[in-house]
Amino acid sequence: MTGEVPAVDEGALRALVPAVIGILVRRGAGFAAAEDAVQESLVEALRTWPVRPPEDPRGWLVTVAWRKFLDAERSDASRRAREERIAAEPGPGPVADVDDTLQLYFLCAHPSLTPASAVALTLRALAGLTTRQIADAYLVPEATMGQRISRAKRAIADVGLDEPGDARTVARVLYLVFNEGYSGDVDLAAEAIRLARELHARTDEPEVAGLLALMLLHHARRPARTRADGSLVPLAEQERGRWNTALIAEGVTILQRALAQDRLGEFQAQAAIAALHADAPRADETDWVQIVEWYDELVRITDSPIARLNRAIAVGQADGAGAGLAALEELDPRLPRRAAAAAYLHERNGDRASAARLYAEAAAAAANLAERDHLTRQAARLNATSRN
Amino acid sequence: MAKYLLLKHYRGAPDAVNNVPMDRWAPEEISDHIQFMRDFADRLRNTGEYVDGQALQPEGTWVRYDGEGRPPITDGPFAETKDLIAGWMIIDVESYDRAVELAGELSSAPGAGGKPIHEWLEVRPFMAERAPVTE
Repeated sequence: MTGEVPAVDEGALRALVPAVIGILVRRGAGFAAAEDAVQESLVEALRTWPVRPPEDPRGWLVTVAWRKFLDAERSDASRRAREERIAAEPGPGPVADVDDTLQLYFLCAHPSLTPASAVALTLRALAGLTTRQIADAYLVPEATMGQRISRAKRAIADVGLDEPGDARTVARVLYLVFNEGYSGDVDLAAEAIRLARELHARTDEPEVAGLLALMLLHHARRPARTRADGSLVPLAEQERGRWNTALIAEGVTILQRALAQDRLGEFQAQAAIAALHADAPRADETDWVQIVEWYDELVRITDSPIARLNRAIAVGQADGAGAGLAALEELDPRLPRRAAAAAYLHERNGDRASAARLYAEAAAAAANLAERDHLTRQAARLNATSRN
Repeated sequence: MAKYLLLKHYRGAPDAVNNVPMDRWAPEEISDHIQFMRDFADRLRNTGEYVDGQALQPEGTWVRYDGEGRPPITDGPFAETKDLIAGWMIIDVESYDRAVELAGELSSAPGAGGKPIHEWLEVRPFMAERAPVTE
């Protein structure tokens, strides 16, 4: 390899994938076969485009994917009859400009799929990632991810691309992708935002707008959320000057339009909370009273214990740590992160010994290294000052 | 090349020399420790000797088959379990001596007071998949 080979604009290439799958399906390919063929053409594009960039990238993908599809059909003798039927139909040429992307979103988030399968299929058929990239991002072997995708396709083999779907189901799948963050070369949070934008452009479902707003508002804080050494910075300690104001402004605008539709849902409520945090120039100027009100809405909508836990912390800020601890008392002691929340509120309430003990307890129960290290540091900080 | 598992134990290993629980360290000592671990793994990546590293949560469950049509029996976690794995690093190195050398370095990670922990790590060779050709 020389340094002269131009890199492929992978983002632009991947953005073409859903449209190309749609074209193959319209020409008579089944979804599973079309998706396989497009994946193969994608891998070939990544290999050959740096040396021979095509003039018409979409046309190139359609031609190559169609050829891959026909090759696969031919090699399968049991499909001989179908092949003849398809071969009799018009071959590659101009295609009607119909956008099937929304239908692809519904299919890949079909309720018969497990969340993990829906995520994998969405990342392949809509984000245009290769199986290898998806496997790397989720830290599993490529063969395992390949099987997960094949099984997912079999599960939806009988679902037509024209079957109506629910954009809120898609939103939940994209939120799972977003929360995976990034490991390996693929930034899954950025991918989730890109997919949510595409979805938002095709539906007026306010929860999709709420999801996009929530992602933008959370993503805006990402530069301030970790230190150079990878350790976590709590919201109250973040350098707010490092928040991305353009993303915040965009998120707030999208959220306001969604709320105006007056069909509230969990993503809109969470986005409203994120927007109130983003709105405070300093942590101590946060409008905690309004945040508690939004948590009340969120608890009403979801009845989720995590929403109740976060509400208790907000109550601790709005009405004092004692009130927050009282709200916490009503929650299941085994709830993840409950000890960490109690530690935080005890420290604010002046009980540093209990706070240190609870932080150590929370660290022992943490489910990831970043949180465990953060909680251990909190315990160490309190223990160190009590020694001095 | 041969693969070795460097095992770190929550419980079950002999006591470390500098044996102070982490939440009793100074916060910057925790940062130094984490940085040491990260640098160590990066260095092994650069030398082509790193394979994998994972940490485990302390709480686990014992599970066993309970017969046809019945759900598995679960038990634990047991507070009295003698041996508790905290995590591991897998390395692929030229020799047993190199594995021991690296485990020794890993055990020198700084702890309380910025001094090495001298923690006992267990070095376990992997069982190879195939028999070598001997004829």
